[in-house]
Amino acid sequence: MRIFVTDQTGTEHELEALEGWRVMEVIRDWGLNIKAECGGACSCATCHVFVDPEWVEKLNPPTDEEEDMLDSVPDYEANSRLSCQILMSEELDGLKVRLADSASQDAAA
Amino acid sequence: MSGNEIVTDVVIIGAGPVGLFAVFELGLVDLKCHVIDILDRPGGQCAELYPEKPIYDIPAFPEISGQGLTDNLMKQIAPFGAEFHFSQMVTNVERLEDGSFRVTTDADEVFVAKVIVIAAGGGSFQPKRPPVPEIEQYEGKSVFYAVRKMDDFRDQDLVIVGGGDSALDWTLNLEPLARSLTLVHRRDEFRGHADSVNKMRKLVEDGKINFVMGQLGRLEGADGQLSEVFLKTAGGEMGIPATRLLPFFGLTMKLGPVADWGLDLHDNALIKVDTERFETSEPGIFAIGDINWYPGKLKLILSGFHEGALMSQAAKRIVHPDAKVVFQYTTSSTSLQKKLGVA
Ligand SMILES: Cc1cc2nc3c(=O)[nH]c(=O)nc-3n(C[C@H](O)[C@H](O)[C@H](O)COP(=O)(O)OP(=O)(O)OC[C@H]3O[C@@H](n4cnc5c(N)ncnc54)[C@H](O)[C@@H]3O)c2cc1C
Ligand code: FES
Repeated sequence: MRIFVTDQTGTEHELEALEGWRVMEVIRDWGLNIKAECGGACSCATCHVFVDPEWVEKLNPPTDEEEDMLDSVPDYEANSRLSCQILMSEELDGLKVRLADSASQDAAA
Repeated sequence: MSGNEIVTDVVIIGAGPVGLFAVFELGLVDLKCHVIDILDRPGGQCAELYPEKPIYDIPAFPEISGQGLTDNLMKQIAPFGAEFHFSQMVTNVERLEDGSFRVTTDADEVFVAKVIVIAAGGGSFQPKRPPVPEIEQYEGKSVFYAVRKMDDFRDQDLVIVGGGDSALDWTLNLEPLARSLTLVHRRDEFRGHADSVNKMRKLVEDGKINFVMGQLGRLEGADGQLSEVFLKTAGGEMGIPATRLLPFFGLTMKLGPVADWGLDLHDNALIKVDTERFETSEPGIFAIGDINWYPGKLKLILSGFHEGALMSQAAKRIVHPDAKVVFQYTTSSTSLQKKLGVA
């Protein structure tokens, strides 16, 4: 199964994803620019992505914990999600997301 | 400027779990430590990123929270009376002629030590900066990511952005001082303590502050002096007259000044050390915990503790080159137990 990830420079990458893996892990393991500081513990919000509008409804809605973490992304949009909270499954084959600037490895003060 | 240098055996940079346990190991070999951290409390990642999440791989603790581990470490190292210097970042490390080091912080504190232990973990915690065009030119003049002096906000038109405890606490604390105060958050739900949320809502009800659901858009002003903050809201762009802006989006880690101290690095980010002493390419400067690298390195608290134990033996030889280092167990050595205050 595959996901399509547009990086912060606007380039789209087609990535091989594995069932049960977090989208964050796929993006990180392919070497794209994602900080994912807490390694998927929903504690840092540095795995922030914008989900393609066509896919938003197909995802499980964010938990309260994810909503709370989303409060700490400075570039929130209505389609913002934390990619470590999206688990790959058959239904998400072809998922399209865009990496937020706030997920960049050098994003900080 | 304090003007006075603090002279000590060891300066530890970073009060994360590894820096804290280093105080213990160095204390056992009679070395006195000063610990510096940019955060305002000990615990590093454990306290900042996951205070309530359980850790399962600390020996003899089937489960302990990030904050619990920090609290226990503070208790364990208490007998050694290390001095802590919080809310300041170590910016500079230089070697003096006699081989010792001068360490300077951004709060202008100066330390002179024979040994430096870098336990800077994932780097220094710094506020997340909102992606607002030209925000840099307002920083430190009218945009602040922390409140150092409340008086900077007296009689100002203040905009606070965020939905967590920092945003709420400073809304409550600065309301009596500010000329006007607008709290901005992306939704009408807050992560902060219920009590603070209630107090904030009461202020809104009483017309003492404004609450706007929306996001930071752009800034207007001149020469670093802010005059208006434009928000993105459901109803379109909205301008608010403002002379001060406080965005609170939490913290993220950055390597920071550590990179500029001339130490050999791995992948431009981690400090290379040997696995016997955990010394860097600069004799007398050690690096332990998440910040170091050697073949096989695991970024685990456990590994950082081990590194601290070996480092302390080598540090002892530097500070007291003539003293004999004898290996002792805390269970059976009366002299160690005396140091711990239990014998
Ligand atoms: C969500 C999450 C879960 C985790 N779970 C586990 C687990 O189960 N088990 C495990 O072993 N590990 C776990 N870890 C990893 C663990 O937290 C780290 O290995 C550990 O915190 C490293 O400790 P440290 O003291 O080396 O660094 P840190 O905890 O990063 O502390 C470094 C400190 O140095 C300060 N600092 C840095 N530079 C400067 C400077 N120039 N001036 C002043 N201060 C400075 C920083 O502000 C920080 O407080 C987890 C991490 C996260 C984020
Ligand atoms: S990796 Fe930290 S919240 Fe997703």
